[in-house]
Amino acid sequence: MVAESWYVALSAVLFSIGVVGVVVRRNPLVMFMSIELMLNAANLAFVAFGRRAGNADGQIAVFFVMAVAAAEVAVGLAIIVTVFRLRRRLSVDDLSLMRW
Amino acid sequence: MPPLAWHALMAFIVLNAILGLVAYVTLLERKFAARMQSRIGPYYVGRPHGWLQPIADALKLMLKEDVVPTAADRGVYNLAPIVFLVPCILIYATIPFAPDLGVADLNIGVLFFLAVSSLEIVGLFMGGWGSNNKYALLSAMRAVNQIISYDLPFIFAALVPVLLAGSLQMSTIVAAQQGLWFVAYPVFGQLAFVAFVVATLAAENRVPFDILEAESELVAGFRVEYSGMKFALIQLGEYAHMLGTSFLGALLFLGGWLGPGPAWLGPLWFLLKAVLVFLLVTWVRWSFVRIRVDQILAISWKVLLPASILLLFATGLWVATRGAGA
Amino acid sequence: MTHAAFLVIAALAVASALGLVLRRNAIHGALFLVVNLGSVAALYLTLGAEFLAAVQVIVYAGAIMVLFVFAIMVLIPGKEETGLDPRRGWRLLALPVGALLALQLLLVVRAGVGPVAPAAAVPGGVEAVARLLFTRYLLPFELTSVLLLAAMVGVLLLARRRV
Repeated sequence: MVAESWYVALSAVLFSIGVVGVVVRRNPLVMFMSIELMLNAANLAFVAFGRRAGNADGQIAVFFVMAVAAAEVAVGLAIIVTVFRLRRRLSVDDLSLMRW
Repeated sequence: MPPLAWHALMAFIVLNAILGLVAYVTLLERKFAARMQSRIGPYYVGRPHGWLQPIADALKLMLKEDVVPTAADRGVYNLAPIVFLVPCILIYATIPFAPDLGVADLNIGVLFFLAVSSLEIVGLFMGGWGSNNKYALLSAMRAVNQIISYDLPFIFAALVPVLLAGSLQMSTIVAAQQGLWFVAYPVFGQLAFVAFVVATLAAENRVPFDILEAESELVAGFRVEYSGMKFALIQLGEYAHMLGTSFLGALLFLGGWLGPGPAWLGPLWFLLKAVLVFLLVTWVRWSFVRIRVDQILAISWKVLLPASILLLFATGLWVATRGAGA
Repeated sequence: MTHAAFLVIAALAVASALGLVLRRNAIHGALFLVVNLGSVAALYLTLGAEFLAAVQVIVYAGAIMVLFVFAIMVLIPGKEETGLDPRRGWRLLALPVGALLALQLLLVVRAGVGPVAPAAAVPGGVEAVARLLFTRYLLPFELTSVLLLAAMVGVLLLARRRV
């Protein structure tokens, strides 16, 4: 059986890649996907910790994260599409105004 | 024999049996469609009834030139048929063809089936996008629309037998139908079966819902740029998916391998029932006309989805008061 | 055997994550994310969380990715990240910082590994999860449905607005 620490280490690496992705990329869609990557990394850690604790509570946490992620993606994409309709461009650098 | 080797052997057998079966299912559909239209269908290759037609088709497709459009997104375009085919084959992994005769009878079998078959959209989309063709892209967008809309009714309809049997494991679901097939289960069974067939039609992109490959508008949809073996892989995946869904329908509603006669007849009964479901779907396909995109979406979101949720809810109440098992 | 499987899947996960971050093309990024989500689902399987693996594939690969792909197609990608990046220096700074973060997290993982008694068999099946979900976590579960409803209404409102 693979030790839980390996999973958590992998989760740390994936999380860091996600952080870099959010910072480096200018396309809000890719930033969004990087956020999904971070959420997934956290989920992986949850499940690994859950196995170490010997109960299913970690899996419940992941379940909720998935539900929230689904809601978040729907709202986030709607916002991105609305912004794109207004501005015709798709770079986060342009979104420096709170209103227009 | 060690369990791993046993599983590998089983997987090998099932894979090859399915591929052979799928080839002949295409022949079955062509013959069936031909009869419905007062034609004969394939005849000359392998007289008297075109028994060699699938083999000839496969050979022909293998020998054809493999054309890659210059403007295509090469990586995506080349990977798409494989990505499309793999989930379509993988759905057979949890289907038991008789008690203890299957690759892996997981305790989340139905869930696995639903999960894997929802992956099919990725390959479909890759094909539509990678071809860099406006018809293919339009088809991929329609496919995304349609599959999002019909995934949920499909899942809800498939969950009704799961609730009635009280298990996600396929063999347990069949065992629960020992006395009464779920299609004969009063009210819930029939409604769920109808919802299942309608959602299946949409999930397989068959005619009343085939907007994504509507020949008269989109040439051939997302696979318009594919030729040769890649085209063959896509066709194979499509028919494997159809047959797999028919197997699922036969297992969930028609009692799987249950039937009269000795136990070894079980797989044959199962195959017969699956082919029946397949022919039911094909029958609808060759009887109706294509409906519009907005109508398809309206049917799903305004009728099928609320109805299947209500049905699932009612079944849950019924099972809660009566206890699981028929 | 299990170690080899873990290493292969982990390598796939890391490679696809890097692909998502490094490739210009948003569609390629989305496809890499699908690979990543799939490999994480496989890792859930190796951890004995079968239910989560299936839900991961249905929810992420089946629903969330489809939404992403649809948004990308609607927004006509490929034109947004061309041209010189005005803040290139700052963005490149993210790489060492990210590496540092990874290092830090890994050190935390390493420090946190203590001699823990091997856990009992994890109740990973659907039944265990469902039992917890409908007893101890019933209130959060119901709240999630409210959250999803709120998200749905919000999205409809955003999508409806014509400017």
